[in-house]
Amino acid sequence: MIAESVLARPDVAASTVALPGAISAGAESRGEVTLAVAPAHLIALAQFLKNQQGYERLSAVTCVDWHPREPRFEVVYQLHSIRHNLRLRLKVTLGSDKPEVESVVGVWRSANWYEREVFDLFGVTFLHHPDLRRILMPEGWDGHPLRKDFPVHGHKYSYQEEG
Amino acid sequence: MEETLIASPETGSTRKMTLNMGPQHPSTHGVLRIVLELDGETILTATPDIGYLHTGIEKEFEVKLYAQGTPLTDRVDYLANLSNNLCYALTVEKLLGLEMPARVNYTRVLMAELTRLNSHLVWLGTHALDIGAMSMFFYCMREREDILRIFEMFSGQRMMTSYIRIGGLALDHPRGGLQTIQKFIDTFPSKVDEYENLLDQNPIWKNRTQGVGHIPLTGMLDLGVTGPMIRAAGLAWDIRKSEPYSGYELFDFEIPTRQEGDVYARYQVRMDEMRQSARIIQQALAGMPEGPFKADAPKVLLPDREKMKTQMEALIYHFKIVTEGFAVPRGEAYVAVESPRGELAYYIVSDGGSKPYRVHMRTPSFGNLQALPAMIEGTLIADSIAGLGSMDFVLGDVDR
Repeated sequence: MIAESVLARPDVAASTVALPGAISAGAESRGEVTLAVAPAHLIALAQFLKNQQGYERLSAVTCVDWHPREPRFEVVYQLHSIRHNLRLRLKVTLGSDKPEVESVVGVWRSANWYEREVFDLFGVTFLHHPDLRRILMPEGWDGHPLRKDFPVHGHKYSYQEEG
Repeated sequence: MEETLIASPETGSTRKMTLNMGPQHPSTHGVLRIVLELDGETILTATPDIGYLHTGIEKEFEVKLYAQGTPLTDRVDYLANLSNNLCYALTVEKLLGLEMPARVNYTRVLMAELTRLNSHLVWLGTHALDIGAMSMFFYCMREREDILRIFEMFSGQRMMTSYIRIGGLALDHPRGGLQTIQKFIDTFPSKVDEYENLLDQNPIWKNRTQGVGHIPLTGMLDLGVTGPMIRAAGLAWDIRKSEPYSGYELFDFEIPTRQEGDVYARYQVRMDEMRQSARIIQQALAGMPEGPFKADAPKVLLPDREKMKTQMEALIYHFKIVTEGFAVPRGEAYVAVESPRGELAYYIVSDGGSKPYRVHMRTPSFGNLQALPAMIEGTLIADSIAGLGSMDFVLGDVDR
């Protein structure tokens, strides 16, 4: 269900015409437009938005964990077009069982570290990412700290065991 | 330092060598490790390794009330605390739907620009120090000290100010505060001239910076670079102009740009930005309106002590805000500001409770540092120091 006010935006309207079925929902709140995207259509939509609609920047990729609700993860892409001075947010929802989505590094290179961060802190796997390693946590770390079921306090870690 | 292979005397050819730069290298300004693969003095590949300063601030937000989050934002980018305070406050205010009185907006702009000066001064001092111009450091620290004194006057703290709060400011201006800023800013542009006198035509400085650390503009946009780096490559994009916040649309200033996109151009852009900031500060001082220093939002902001002791309603609000905080309507907001380093944005998701459900900080240093390999691969080690300095990253801002 795409809201009327969102469909009025030329970039969204063009996307629904070019890629029918890619956008499953769209809403506007506080002047910010958010589109829910089916994981299978993410790359095609990303390419379309970058090449045809002028979204030359991917500001950030992040994730929200809605544990224990299912589907649990919401991967959030913050797009920005300097040319049109517009921002757009894409969301892909993923279940807790094997959270995987295609990497957008091939579309925007800036996604590289942001996806590594989401992988590191949320445990979401980005398929075909060129270098999917932990980025902020130590290499031998167990678990994903920004998940809601990860404790805020009381987690022990020994740096000696790293060897 | 780890040496895997050395030059072979028989063939005269050099072989590759892997070198660890950091995490304690003086020019990385924090704890950044870069694994360099070298052929002689030339860098073949550079792999940045970050996370040494990761403190889990984003997780910390989720267990704190909204108002308790403000001091955390100081500690992200410790050279631009007020930009972080401002961005966090603006995002929460957007979720709450609060409008700020004019005095708050003007003071916020004033403080954000002083922060820009503070950050650029530290950048200039340390960047010049890295390249070998030592005296710059002392001049820059001299002026920075004045700015820190102003911060202390206004907020009681030199660095971890927490002066810009959700719904307004922590305190109204101190007596004589604006006059102190006026005195400082009247002489400041002449100080910038002084710095330029030392560096602009300095042959060593020019040799070390001109034509060094170049990245093409499209590559930078693709890699997520923002701020002065992108303006030094010719794109006049500044969030203060393109998406004005906190009343920036009322101020008259220019976006300095250069075309070359090298270290020297970034230096020139930042020097010009300091002059523009001084202009904005002059306007903010001249036009500083009278009025309250916080919004009229009794459910969000603590009441004045006087009211709390005389009015029943104020006492109830006080009790409720102190014990359980204030609820923020369900939803999400992404607000970007132009920090001294580029696009700083907070993305906050609220589930309707009194603590943020998720806070993501889109920090400029993280985005900029990603372009490091593109900038230094294929250049000499000595140039990588100039390049690193010109990026002006803060590792606290990268690792959060």
